[in-house]
Amino acid sequence: MGLKLTLRNQPQVPLEAEVISPDRLDGMKPAKAGALTVQHGNQEAALGDFFRIEAHDGDELRVAGDLSRVKLVGAAMSRGRIVIEGDVGMHLGAVMAGGEILVEGKAGDWVGPEMRGGRITIKGDAGHAVGSAYRGSQIGMRGGEIIVQGRAGNEVGNTMRGGLIAIGGDCGDFAGVNMLAGTIVVLGALGIRSGAGMKRGSIVAMGGAEPLPTFTHACRYQPSYLRLYLLHLRRLGLAVEDGQLDGLYDRWSGDSIELNRGELLLLQS
Amino acid sequence: MKLQQTEIVDTFAEAFGMWAARVVITADSAKWALAAARAMTGFATSVIGCKCEAGIERELPAEETPDRRPGISVLLFAMDAEGVGKRLVERIGQCVMTCPTTSCFNGLEAEKRVSVGGKLRFFGDGHQIAKRLDGQRYWRVPVMDGEFLVADRFAVQPAVGGGNLLILGRDRPSVLAATEAAAAAMRQVPGVILPFPDGVVRSGSKVGSRYKTLIASTNDAYCPSLRGAVAESLVPEDVACVLEIVIDGLDLTAVESAMRAGLEAAAGAGAAQLSAGNYGGNLGQFHIKLKDLVA
Repeated sequence: MGLKLTLRNQPQVPLEAEVISPDRLDGMKPAKAGALTVQHGNQEAALGDFFRIEAHDGDELRVAGDLSRVKLVGAAMSRGRIVIEGDVGMHLGAVMAGGEILVEGKAGDWVGPEMRGGRITIKGDAGHAVGSAYRGSQIGMRGGEIIVQGRAGNEVGNTMRGGLIAIGGDCGDFAGVNMLAGTIVVLGALGIRSGAGMKRGSIVAMGGAEPLPTFTHACRYQPSYLRLYLLHLRRLGLAVEDGQLDGLYDRWSGDSIELNRGELLLLQS
Repeated sequence: MKLQQTEIVDTFAEAFGMWAARVVITADSAKWALAAARAMTGFATSVIGCKCEAGIERELPAEETPDRRPGISVLLFAMDAEGVGKRLVERIGQCVMTCPTTSCFNGLEAEKRVSVGGKLRFFGDGHQIAKRLDGQRYWRVPVMDGEFLVADRFAVQPAVGGGNLLILGRDRPSVLAATEAAAAAMRQVPGVILPFPDGVVRSGSKVGSRYKTLIASTNDAYCPSLRGAVAESLVPEDVACVLEIVIDGLDLTAVESAMRAGLEAAAGAGAAQLSAGNYGGNLGQFHIKLKDLVA
């Protein structure tokens, strides 16, 4: 028996609701869940002040309504599944360690910052800083998967050290900036300055990009590992085409202002 | 007991506990996947002389492989898990990594795992790259045609080795025909390999020798030319040729299924007598009675 939360009062200012997590709500009665504390601007409030909470037959935690002003849903979650039937606000799945979040609409900035494990799937677009490190942090996303079926903003995977970020459409500037390791796959085009300052890791793009001058062209080839990744993403619902699976990729090594051990893989146009 | 016109000797095959791994080799074409698999399974007929037994389990269509390229499934057996790990490192390193366009994946689900890619990665001389996908770690080792992708760890599981059939007949052509038919039928059984040349061995062995340095020597009881020279020959008077098929399998059921298929095929192809090799039941944990297989 899981819980379903339906937004009934739209918050006037962003609502910080990290209590919306299977770690906190699993096995809880609706009345008790409604009494959990959330932060509404500079005021403490009860979860039940904003959500109608009821039990449902499934195991997952379902959240319905326009949650674009609700922050930190699934933050630090380690297990279970959240389904968001609509849009969601910033910091979704922040520092998440396990479990799964599915967003049927679009997501705000900071999806899965400093994520450790689990999977976040956004069916629509996502904002800036998907899978990034928080400002001042040394390490961003370390593991898990973030799948954005639409587009994403700037700084995807800023300082990421592990895991997989996949963007179904285009993404903004500075993808993989300061990247330490991990994999970013963009089925659309990259913005400018992708991979700036990256030490290791892979940034793959199908829609083209202009590598920085500090990247060096190595060769045009078929990276064996990429087939595994693309097949995996196809199974997860991304529209990976056969031409992307079998295509040739230009490999650019960089960033030479750092270790020069990273790679940009750009599908031959 | 008779199976069609063939006499089934009331005896058993004595099989042993071993450890096994399944290796999935893929390549740009079936030809290169097969080339790697053949190289990897060469000189792997018997643990006595080769440290492991290995063979091709089956060809895999692209739809069944992790990277959707044509593939080959190889089974490798050794006496313990550590031995399997060492042989995998040697053989994948020398025979698969060297073969153009190949990648190499673990093909078993089992709790115990041995490091393979984790050791082969050092060939990359610092340029190797680790990737983790869906809970599995892989290594990308740069090579001259691109990169060699290999799983970090391979699962190993307890297995059964040394299942066997002896096919006896009046002459070499007829016994070869029956043995080839049996081997072809046995290869259809999942989870088994026949490690000897094309599945067949003519130099069956017994334990020990009159020479101190040898732990095994010719199975004189089944050598037709020695029928008048050894005290306990098991070669009937009208038999002039005996061939053996050795079967290693991922479990006892697989070995039994293969032996059953082999018995039926050999009998159908006109073998005079079908038997099995054992050591009196004192060495192997598994006793596979022929009469139970054909009952």
